[in-house]
Amino acid sequence: MEKHIQLPLTEELAKTLHAGDRVYLTGTIYTSRDAGHKRMCEALARGEKLPFDPTDATIYYVGPTPAKPGQVIGSAGPTTSGRMDAYAPTMMSVGARGMIGKGARLPEVVEAMKKYHGVYFGAIGGAGALLAKCIKKCELIAYEDLGAEALRKLYVEDMPLIVIIDSEGRNLYEEGRAAYLAGKKQA
Amino acid sequence: MREIDVSQITDAVERLCIAANEHLPKDVKEAIRCCRACEDGEIAKGILDDIIENFEIADAEEVPICQDTGMACVFLEIGQDVHMTGGDLREAVDEGVRRGYQKGYLRKSVVKDPVRRGNTGDNTPAMLYTEIVPGEQIKITVGPKGFGSENMSAIRMFKPSAGLQGIKDFIIETVENAGPNPCPPIVVGVGIGGTFDKCALLAKKALMRPLDSSNPDPFYADLEKEMLEKINELGIGPQGFGGKTTAIGLNIETMPTHIAGMPCAVNINCHVTRHKTEVI
Repeated sequence: MEKHIQLPLTEELAKTLHAGDRVYLTGTIYTSRDAGHKRMCEALARGEKLPFDPTDATIYYVGPTPAKPGQVIGSAGPTTSGRMDAYAPTMMSVGARGMIGKGARLPEVVEAMKKYHGVYFGAIGGAGALLAKCIKKCELIAYEDLGAEALRKLYVEDMPLIVIIDSEGRNLYEEGRAAYLAGKKQA
Repeated sequence: MREIDVSQITDAVERLCIAANEHLPKDVKEAIRCCRACEDGEIAKGILDDIIENFEIADAEEVPICQDTGMACVFLEIGQDVHMTGGDLREAVDEGVRRGYQKGYLRKSVVKDPVRRGNTGDNTPAMLYTEIVPGEQIKITVGPKGFGSENMSAIRMFKPSAGLQGIKDFIIETVENAGPNPCPPIVVGVGIGGTFDKCALLAKKALMRPLDSSNPDPFYADLEKEMLEKINELGIGPQGFGGKTTAIGLNIETMPTHIAGMPCAVNINCHVTRHKTEVI
C-alpha cells in the first residue's frame, strides 16, 4: 500500500504502518551512524541530554557526501543498519521511534521495536543521488568533528521508503522473499 | 626507455576518482536494465526503476552515484621500460586521491587506525596494487569500493578434496549470509587459487572485469553462468525484498595454487560497481 505520512512518528501513526507499505515521508529527521550513536549512548549513560529531542523522532542512518555549491546536501543514501543494532534499543528507550536504513536487524532490535512501537524503514541502498532530491533542508547540529558522521537535522519531502519491519515485528525481508519463492513454485 | 613524470599519475588518479564515482560503466547499466526487463514483482520493479533513475541523475548532474564513495582501490600496471621521475610513486597516487576526493565533493571514508579509528580527512591512503608488465606505458584503474558490500565478503582455505562442489556451496553460502546488507542486486567477484592473499586479490580483480565478458577458460565461463543462475534462484531480490534479481553479474578469476590447497575468495559488490581506466 502507498501512504504519505507526516512526521513526527507518534505511537498512533506507527501502528498504522505495516511491513511492505510504500511510504512517502515528510517532516524533520536526524542523521547518525555508528560513531554518532556511540556518542549519544555514552551521553545517555552519563545522564546527559541528547543534542535533539528524541521523542517520536526518526533517525536516518546516513553519512552524506559533501554538498556541491548550490546543493542542500550531497548524495545521501542509507548505510547498513546492523552496525547501529547495539545502540538502537537504547535510542528507542528514550523515545526515538523511526529508523531509516538498509539491511537486516538483530532480534533484540525487533523486540525493542515491539515494546516501544518502533518502525524500521528501508531506503534504497546505492540510490544516494536520487534520495538527496527529497532533502530540502540540512543543518549540522552536533559532533562536527565526525565529518560525514556528524549529527544533522534534515527536512525531507516525500522521501520514498518501504516499511521493512513494523511495530508488530513483521519483516518484509522474510515475507517478501517467501512470497516470491512461493509464487515461483506455483508457476 | 620512456620517462613519465609522476605528476601525470596524480592527475590521472584525480580524474579517475571523480569520474568513477559519478558515472557507472556501460556494461553495469546494461545489466541492471536487462534485469529490470525480466522482473515481474511490483516492489522489485519499482526498486530497479529507482536504481536506474539514480544513475541517470548521477550522470546528468555529475554527482556521486552513492554516498559511500569508497576506499580508492588503485591498480597500476607499469611497463618495465618506464622510468618514473619527479617524486615518490606512492605519494603521487595518494595526492591524486586527495585531490579527487576534495574536488569531486566525494566522502572521506578512511580511518587512520583500524582499532583506534580517526578519519584521515582526505580519503588517503589509496589501496595501491602495482604490477610490472612488458611495455612502456602505465595503465591506471581506479575502483572505489564501498564497505556495505565489502563487509559481506569471505575467504576460505579449502582442502582439495572439497572439490568444485565445495566452491559452489561457498559462493551460495556467502551470498545467502550477505542477504539484504550489501544493497542487492549485487556483483560477485570470485577468486580461486593462489595463496591466501593472492586469492583475495583475484576476487577483487574479478569485480573490475566487464559484466558482459566471460572467463576465457570455458570450464570457468560455464561456472560463472551456472553460479549466477543459482544465486538468482535464491529469491533475495532487489534490496532483499524478494525477486528474481539478486545478482547482476558474477566473474571468476583463477591462478595456480599449492598441491595441498584450494583457496576461494568471494568479494561482494553492490549494483554500484564502479571502476574507470586510463593509459598513459
